[in-house]
Amino acid sequence: MIEIIDLHKSFNGHEVLKGVNLTIADKEVIAIIGKSGCGKSVLVKHIIGLLRPDSGKILIDSMDITRFSGKELDKIRENLGVLFQGGALFDSLSVFENIAFPLKEKTSMSKKEVHDRVIRSLEDVGLKGIENKYPAELSGGMRKRVALARALITAPNIILFDEPSTGLDPVILHAIHKLIMDTHKKYGFTGIVISHEIPEIFDVADRIAMMHNGIIEEVGTPNEIRNSSNPFVRQFITGSLEGPIDIF
Amino acid sequence: MGQLEKILRKLGSFALLRVRRMGHLFLFLLNSIYLIFIPPFKFKALLRQIIFFGNKSLVVILLTGAFAGMVLAIQLFYTLRKFGSDALLGPAIALTLIRELGPVLSALMVTGRAGSALTAEIGIMRITEQIDALTAMGLNPIRYLITPNIVAAIIVFPILAAIFDLTGIYSGYVIAINLLGMSEGTYFSQMETFVDMEDIMQGFYKSVSFGVIVSWISCYKGYHTVYGAEGVSRSTTEAVVMSSVLILVWDYFLGSMFL
Repeated sequence: MIEIIDLHKSFNGHEVLKGVNLTIADKEVIAIIGKSGCGKSVLVKHIIGLLRPDSGKILIDSMDITRFSGKELDKIRENLGVLFQGGALFDSLSVFENIAFPLKEKTSMSKKEVHDRVIRSLEDVGLKGIENKYPAELSGGMRKRVALARALITAPNIILFDEPSTGLDPVILHAIHKLIMDTHKKYGFTGIVISHEIPEIFDVADRIAMMHNGIIEEVGTPNEIRNSSNPFVRQFITGSLEGPIDIF
Repeated sequence: MGQLEKILRKLGSFALLRVRRMGHLFLFLLNSIYLIFIPPFKFKALLRQIIFFGNKSLVVILLTGAFAGMVLAIQLFYTLRKFGSDALLGPAIALTLIRELGPVLSALMVTGRAGSALTAEIGIMRITEQIDALTAMGLNPIRYLITPNIVAAIIVFPILAAIFDLTGIYSGYVIAINLLGMSEGTYFSQMETFVDMEDIMQGFYKSVSFGVIVSWISCYKGYHTVYGAEGVSRSTTEAVVMSSVLILVWDYFLGSMFL
């Protein structure tokens, strides 16, 4: 279980997180929605340990990771997979080397085992036979799928998806969402998905957390969010220009 | 708050910011050097970076080394002839190149060629979250990206400086024989007498320290790139300017120490 308790973070005097509270159950997929710049990616970076909060706690299996550093944090990260917004594939490595990278660096698996797992992982994301290509030769959707294969390769307990479908056409967007659902069913990880894709994300997540102005405005099932009377939530999911959310 | 207090506060915070940045810069170097001695060692990455520095810089080193030697031959011949010592042209070129120009000019060339490319490459890795991806995997990016570059530069810089020196000495020889009418024997015979191991070692120490400076600054600027493509461009410019200035400043200090 992940518990985020009263998390605060400022950059150069500008408070981005103003007391975030959120509990994420094991094996659930939660989507964090909210307008650009509301602090979603900053929150994710705190969960990975890339940023330290000014105050507050992040408990992963009851361990406060905000107090961890170095090897303790690396240990936590071994159970964590991240799909970054642009994929963050290593340009100088082939698709095979990219996916195999965490296995080669963090485990003592034989070459054959690594090879088999990479091929199986590529099959899982529907990209069999592209292992010798380089990231520059792939389309945006393929990169995201390769990045997902890399995030899944170590079978982590938690996977963070930072805008996994942003910038993709509707068909690929649905393909990526289906892939998240299929792999979740197969591997049973806890998923945290940052997304702007309304209403498509309602089909992917078990729960939705709406973030606004540095706090979690509302959390609920997709149906509860759809029927919410909270004016912030209503404006965001309908995409209306009228309402309490500042457009600029 | 009085005007004086305002000015003092601004000066104080400016000074504090500079000191903090310098501390950050030095900690970055210390951390990178510390990881040289802590396994697992990244030999493959080291080899790749040795090839990167060599491959990027060899042609430019050969070219600038050749012309530096030719210019030195003409200018030193003119000066030495005034003192009636034109027979010492060979050792004069060799000493100038080995002690000073070889390490400095080759380091400046590598800065422009490979140092800038290194900053841009690491900067792009930063803005495309590749460095964050390494951290998120529980791997230390300094070990994978920075330490191999520093070790590679320590190995490659003296080799490139030696190539620069040799090219310069031989191109000076060509000019001395064909253009200035010196005899073949005179050019090299005095070299053995006047060039000591101490001179060669001075050039060696200089190029090793320049290797550390260039790789350190280039990596640091790339690693701390922010704000997209414009940030990469700014980091690259800053890395080249800062490395070049530091090479010349450090060259002066080392030169004074070796006197």
